Amino acid sequence: MLQALADGILSGAIIALGAIGLTLTMGILRFANFAHAELITWGAYMALAAVSLLGPLGGPIGPFSFGLPLILGTIAAMGLTSLLALTIDGLVFRQLRGTSNHLTLVFASFGVSLLVRMLILLIFGGAATYYSNTLQIAIPVAPGLRLMPDQLFALGLAAVLVVALYIFLQRTRLGLSMRALAENPDLTRVNGVSTARVIRWTWIIGASLAAIAGVLYGLTVQLRPEVGFHLILPLFAAAILGGVGNIPGAVIGGMIVGLAEAFAVFILPPGYKMAVPFLILLAVLYVRPTGLFAGTAGAAK
Amino acid sequence: MSNALLTVSGVVAGYRRDLPILHGISLEVHRGELVTIVGPNGAGKSTLIKAIAGLVPISEGRVELGGTDITSLATHKMGAASVAYVPQTDNVFTTLTIDENLRLGAAALPRSLAKDRIAQAYERFPALRDHRDRKARVLSGGQRQLLAFARSLLTEPALLMLDEPSAGLSPAAVSEVFGHLTDLSDDGITILMVEQNVKAALAISDRTYVFAEGENRIDGPSGVLADDPDMKAIYFGGTKRSTHAASAG
Repeated sequence: MLQALADGILSGAIIALGAIGLTLTMGILRFANFAHAELITWGAYMALAAVSLLGPLGGPIGPFSFGLPLILGTIAAMGLTSLLALTIDGLVFRQLRGTSNHLTLVFASFGVSLLVRMLILLIFGGAATYYSNTLQIAIPVAPGLRLMPDQLFALGLAAVLVVALYIFLQRTRLGLSMRALAENPDLTRVNGVSTARVIRWTWIIGASLAAIAGVLYGLTVQLRPEVGFHLILPLFAAAILGGVGNIPGAVIGGMIVGLAEAFAVFILPPGYKMAVPFLILLAVLYVRPTGLFAGTAGAAK
Repeated sequence: MSNALLTVSGVVAGYRRDLPILHGISLEVHRGELVTIVGPNGAGKSTLIKAIAGLVPISEGRVELGGTDITSLATHKMGAASVAYVPQTDNVFTTLTIDENLRLGAAALPRSLAKDRIAQAYERFPALRDHRDRKARVLSGGQRQLLAFARSLLTEPALLMLDEPSAGLSPAAVSEVFGHLTDLSDDGITILMVEQNVKAALAISDRTYVFAEGENRIDGPSGVLADDPDMKAIYFGGTKRSTHAASAG
């Protein structure tokens, strides 16, 4: 039981990091971006590419399976994933924003996600891989609970990022502008805020968090080209559960989805694990269409 | 006239280029004046101030502020050009606190100046200070209007444009909001506002423009227009059966 709780929180944390970016872009750009999950895969593989280039820089640090190459690789992956997100926005979404309806953008995002997934498959191949072949020994954390140092690191980093993002949104002018833009774009412009600049930063933050989520997934599970494809439903479930545009909501939503998946194996055959977020999503849409904690999009209605 | 702050000449504008709502509107607002625009529904009153604010594209004509052409200036640069605009509905960020609403309005200013201006805003509107850390969604319609005024005044604009500040307010709230407007005007702030409440608009403004069907009809000092028989003709004798009551609060 305790082990399921820990596994659930870990996968919940990774889902939460992805869902934060998704909920931000959904809240601010007002469309469901199915390509967001591919940013996670892209980030994970960009870090892998960087690790293979930077490998000689150092071995594992302390009890962890990774060292300086992966840390630098993650930073590079954040940059490269932001670049991909901005490129997609410039080439596809910006062209469609304003002139076409939301459904067009959603379908365009489907196309983009296929394109990115196939590109990754083409470059890196379809086989599952790892950042490092170092064997890790799980350490006992509590009676009946063993965790690997990498898993503890992933949890800690996710927690720090969530808190940092929350403070950023509450305290800084850019964070304030992002929250304002999610509620009312015209009024935000009227207040002298350049919405193009805020949208750019929204992509950079969402893509960077997606890249980190991808690296943490690769570190604690494994790297596969279909990582994003498998995460898309949990991400949407978490974002919608939390209320579109609501950051703390996305975090709690991610935790609920992660824990539900982990505990579902006690009552459902493991093959049905994928269906759990879908069931949660259906239940939430049925009972509270604006999410458990109404976000900006819900409040604006 | 040399004293004109805002000059609008022959503006043709609409949400879609092939469907203009304004067919060559012209008006002038002088420094320190309170000017209102009235007219039946569909006259293009709100469209004009949205067009001036850069939210509706202008296809022909010219908008000048203090001699500078601002016809096609982007909306987010209007503040720097000294134009403030308060929309009719959704004029505050309900998911942000009152203090955050004000901080957003001052986001373009240097930090220390922003702080001073927000302190001044709380002095002018003490009711806002009492709720500063509450979400703006708890405010009443009249309080929201005051918050919107306070926020748009932070940049000390030369021109304040208001879209139907009395819409949806109780009679008591209307007199409070209009009382503040008169104070702002007395402080020398130039105001251009659209109003449905014709009687109240004529009572507090210096001059009034009457629009109908996207064109200028009549204009003049508000006191004179109040007794003008043409006013009644435009409102009640036109081709359109107007659904709005001139005294609607």
